[in-house]
Amino acid sequence: MSDVYILGIDMIKFGRFPDKSVAELGAQAATMALDDANVSIQDIEGLWCGNLMQASNMVGQQVLRQIGQTGIPVVNCANACATGATAFRDAWMSVKAGIYDLVLAVGVEQMGKGLLGGAGARKGIPTEGLLGSATMPAIFAEAGMEHARKYGTTFEQFAKVSVKNHHHSTLNPKAMYQIETPLETVMNAEMISYPNTKLMCSVNVDGAAAVVIASEKKAKELGMSRAVRVKASVLTSDPFTERDLVMPDVNTCTRLGASKAYEMAGVGPEDINLVELHDCFATAEILHYENLGLCKDGDAGKLIDDGDVALGGKTPVNVSGGLLSKGHPLGATGIANLYEVSTHLRGEADKRQVEGAKIGMTHVIGLGSACAIHILEKV
Amino acid sequence: MAEATPAAGPLPVVDFLKIPEAGDPYLEGHRCKKCSAMYLGAREICAKCSVRGEIEPVKLSNQGELYSFSIVYRSFPGIDTPYISAIVDLDGGGTVKGNLVDIEPDPNNIQFGMPVEVVYRDALGRKDKEGNSYLSYFFKPRS
Ligand SMILES: [Zn+2]
Repeated sequence: MSDVYILGIDMIKFGRFPDKSVAELGAQAATMALDDANVSIQDIEGLWCGNLMQASNMVGQQVLRQIGQTGIPVVNCANACATGATAFRDAWMSVKAGIYDLVLAVGVEQMGKGLLGGAGARKGIPTEGLLGSATMPAIFAEAGMEHARKYGTTFEQFAKVSVKNHHHSTLNPKAMYQIETPLETVMNAEMISYPNTKLMCSVNVDGAAAVVIASEKKAKELGMSRAVRVKASVLTSDPFTERDLVMPDVNTCTRLGASKAYEMAGVGPEDINLVELHDCFATAEILHYENLGLCKDGDAGKLIDDGDVALGGKTPVNVSGGLLSKGHPLGATGIANLYEVSTHLRGEADKRQVEGAKIGMTHVIGLGSACAIHILEKV
Repeated sequence: MAEATPAAGPLPVVDFLKIPEAGDPYLEGHRCKKCSAMYLGAREICAKCSVRGEIEPVKLSNQGELYSFSIVYRSFPGIDTPYISAIVDLDGGGTVKGNLVDIEPDPNNIQFGMPVEVVYRDALGRKDKEGNSYLSYFFKPRS
């Protein structure tokens, strides 16, 4: 089977845009990606649109109303924080299957500020603060504390993740924040859910990202000079594990996805030059170093201590600033990760360029759970 | 329409908390007879081994140990903080999430694996629209 390529990809600068509609944000990213691929919406054969909060509103069709109602099929897709990556993967599958030669995937989200978490009780009384906490910071704190239990990971090591990612985003003009946060600032920030302080929680922002996906035939026809090869695309759900009922397990579905992705791409963790992974909370990033095989089980704390995952290190992680500082517009995040890795493989990442990057990985988790992993390669 | 009248006694906060006519309240699990997977709440099919109609109710232990936790300082509006959100592995099987109480919410006080006991108390004064009060479960350190 022939390969499938990213031909054009872009994202808007993440921020807060209360005066724009979700369709306008999506349309903005879509036109940027079309321009990057040097194609027109008239050339596109199908659209996959990822959006979570307005999933019942036909957001993909709304985007086409802004940029061109050509009558192509539109699939609207929602898969928690894996929404954007799922839209990309399903668009990729349509090309891989030989149905289409040129398709578009858009991920877009408008977020409010504040805590995300489980809905209130359908009957009876609210159970938040009575049967523990269903807020996202608490759920990911508990997952991080499980790692602390097994390997002695410290509050300081978790906090270092935020120091690193905030530093990276000072080099990324499209990130929400460009602000250095030294270790003491991170550790002394308002404690939200121990061990996650406010600066260790991802930022709720509005955002959009889009990507033009092409068959090998089409990519050759349009020009391969900036094309990026999709080496692996994997989606998993959470297999049954003992405590999954009360403690969402983001590890098992990631490990399953990673092993499938490495197998599909024919590479190993040692071949990966950069990773954009799902740092929805600082505690989560630590878990995924091991889940993605970037280090041995138990060595994640050492990996962050040694700087191996910082820009300039062995395997830089979240050079974009990650969800912690670039921002986390749920439906857009998966495609924004692909944009970051593609930009490095194209050698266009400017001050934050990972030198000589040839192969990169993206990873997202939608709680509930969905894990999407992609491996991209420089052509 | 008749006014809804509160039930005579407290209602259980979740379906898996059982309040028998006689005897003490307890937590109920549902165990797969084939693969031993444990669930909270009745079900037909095992999510682990997919066997059908082989899930039986079991009384869960009131003793267990702390598996993981977080100390919650910011919650939804109107929820008192700080509190300890705890994941507890019960002796003999079953993992339950709830508040760890009767201990200072300070990470230095809390040890992984510390023995805890399930206790049954009023649900922090919370009542539903009909004015019913609720019985909840909590974890407290066991010496
Ligand atoms: Zn079973």
